[in-house]
Amino acid sequence: MNIMKNIVIGLLLMLVSFTAQAQEKKSKNAKYNIEVNGNCEMCKKRIEKAAFSVSGVKSAEWHIDDHQLHLIINEEKCSLIEIKKAIAKVGHDTDEVKATDEDYQKLHGCCMYERK
Amino acid sequence: MKTSLLFLTMLCAAVSFSQETIKQDSLKTVTVEGSRKGIKKSLNVTANTTLVTSKELLKAACCNLAESFETNPSIDVNFSDALTGTKQIKMLGLTSPYILITEENVPSVRGASQAYGMSFTPGTWVESIQITKGAGSVVNGFESISGQINTELIKPIGDIPLFVNAYGDSGSRFELNTHFNKKVSDKWATSLFVHGNARVAKNDMNDDGFMDNPLGKQLNVVNRWQYANPESGWVSFLNVRYMNDEKQTGQLDFDPDRDKLTTNFWGSEINTERLDFSSKVGYVFKDMPYQSIGFQNAFSNHNQQSYFGLNQYNIKQQSYYSNLIFNSIISNTMHKFATGLNFTYDKYAEFVNLADVSRIDNSVGAFFEYTFDDNDKFSYILGGRMDYHNRLGVFFTPRLHVKYNPWEKAVLRFSAGRGKRAANIFAENQNLFASSRVFSVLDTNGKIYGLDAEIAWNYGLSFTQNFMFFGMKADTTIDFYRTDFQNQAVVDVMNSPQQVLFYNLDGKSYANSLQLDFNLEIIKHLNLRTAYKYYDIATDYISGSFQRPLQAKHRFFGNVEYATHIVEKGKQWKFDFTWNWLGKQQLPNTATNPHHDRLPNFSPSFSTMNAQITRTFSSTFEIYVGGENIGNYTQHKAVLGAENPFGPTFDTSIVYAPVFGQMYYAGVRFKIK
Repeated sequence: MNIMKNIVIGLLLMLVSFTAQAQEKKSKNAKYNIEVNGNCEMCKKRIEKAAFSVSGVKSAEWHIDDHQLHLIINEEKCSLIEIKKAIAKVGHDTDEVKATDEDYQKLHGCCMYERK
Repeated sequence: MKTSLLFLTMLCAAVSFSQETIKQDSLKTVTVEGSRKGIKKSLNVTANTTLVTSKELLKAACCNLAESFETNPSIDVNFSDALTGTKQIKMLGLTSPYILITEENVPSVRGASQAYGMSFTPGTWVESIQITKGAGSVVNGFESISGQINTELIKPIGDIPLFVNAYGDSGSRFELNTHFNKKVSDKWATSLFVHGNARVAKNDMNDDGFMDNPLGKQLNVVNRWQYANPESGWVSFLNVRYMNDEKQTGQLDFDPDRDKLTTNFWGSEINTERLDFSSKVGYVFKDMPYQSIGFQNAFSNHNQQSYFGLNQYNIKQQSYYSNLIFNSIISNTMHKFATGLNFTYDKYAEFVNLADVSRIDNSVGAFFEYTFDDNDKFSYILGGRMDYHNRLGVFFTPRLHVKYNPWEKAVLRFSAGRGKRAANIFAENQNLFASSRVFSVLDTNGKIYGLDAEIAWNYGLSFTQNFMFFGMKADTTIDFYRTDFQNQAVVDVMNSPQQVLFYNLDGKSYANSLQLDFNLEIIKHLNLRTAYKYYDIATDYISGSFQRPLQAKHRFFGNVEYATHIVEKGKQWKFDFTWNWLGKQQLPNTATNPHHDRLPNFSPSFSTMNAQITRTFSSTFEIYVGGENIGNYTQHKAVLGAENPFGPTFDTSIVYAPVFGQMYYAGVRFKIK
């Protein structure tokens, strides 16, 4: 039990010094979840690729099941609306920016998601 | 004392994140959820990595790690030598010293433990094994040449409260594995694994007066602690392990108390005691799940005391390994990198008969590994490391892995890399002590027993295609790998049957390996796995160029597994059958021996069969029975010169086929979930 106690104290010490450091970087690592419409693995690749094309996007993961795009972005370099525009440009509707019919029609057959 | 040691290690670990997650990042070892396959090959990972799950490990008698590859064609399990009963493994035709063998990414089978180390990890402790063919990652060091085998043990968080496995076989070997687990809090969990095995009776199926496998007993205990705090991002592992292994072998009439180091009877004892302590601390940065830092430390004390007839061999290794890794991204997660530092220290107290060949090795190195992944078709890992080693000097180690998906369900891979290592010629070849061979090291200018460091380049190309074959799921893989030695510590048994020579390579030494796999899911739950392997492993010896002894040029492998549907309460039958065919093997030179102690230049070809049936009565209880070498193929003459073990032709090291005939086993597994 003594071992445990020491370890926990050790961990806590390190933790304190760390949280202090991590907080300053917050605006550079802003987390957002946005809804992007799509169907399949191909959509996933296309959506993530479009997101990454915007400089400042550090991480982009789209989930097929709930259509959520999980983003980590550097807000000093880009904004959400830029990303949504980039995604709409490749044919996928986002909550805020919708794809043009022309861009939607360019999608692969299996990617023709049901538009809202 | 122990408490403060633990505490210190934790504190030193200024910052962190677990290496296993790091490793998964750098080589992208993808775990496919939902698949019930025992061997998983992903089309997405960059390196040629196969994941072997614990399900696969249940298919063989599988007493320890060395035996757990019997159903896997990527790794060849050799027949245990007549003496120690230890099975050696080979990858791309090269023996285990050329493979980086790690346990949770800490190099485990190296130095003094090279010969028997694989038998010091009980099979039931293993959660999964990742096998990477080719150069491998630079993160864990510079030594790997033909591949990497990483074993993950069962994690305390997620383990079940109690597991018991008992095993017995017709070779008088018994084994008991007990695992206990306790969740101490929502963040801490601990496991205690206790393994004991013993071979209690002498077997001599071939009537040569020598035991076919050693008497032995092993006690192996590990206590693991795992800490995980998802909110803070901290994770940690602590392991303490103790192992004691004793083997006795030789003539049936040999009594160690009476006959040790005499010529009354020939006998041998190999006693190993080992203590391991390792810790890992990891930290995943808040708001940046792609950025982490990890620090791991491992200390081990390995002590082998042994004699083989009149030869005495004692080796003690104190080893310290440390690895600090930082993982992050460059602009986005398509560009990842890992960078860090390694430190190793090995103190060997080694005595070959009366000669003191003790030494201290240490090295420090820095690595950088960049991973590009377009999240679609193309990815590569480019790594390099710079090391300083007191015997190997200052050197650079580059490694590259490339993956490309040219079309659907297909993957093309390429890898290249360099490896460098100090060959522990005595520890790695200690089976040769059990012969009348005189050991001679012909070079004197090198820094490792007079020899130079081994340097090799490895290149590989691999292609996998998944497809439908008459409506059945199928996949096929073709792998070609080449290892080119720039220098090698040549182990020469081709010159004379009374000698083993060690010298620096003069000329060419290479290993080509080609593997063709074809796997088929005939119906659901009925799987067929087949492989053909071709090896061309040649070395220029003093007496000419020969194929590497005891290596078959051609091998076939087949495995069929069938499982019934799981019915109420988890009742199920599982059947497994493995067939291996080995072509002729080059044998060590025995031409100058008297006629009756001469072996041909090549061994005959033969095949072996293993089978197992498992009956699961419920999700908590199952029984298994199985047989190894059911065809009862045995080597005609396992011990050369057996009638005169202190004479000039005595040799137990030439083993190309099973020494022990048929072996049957049964066991039970019981779990409390």
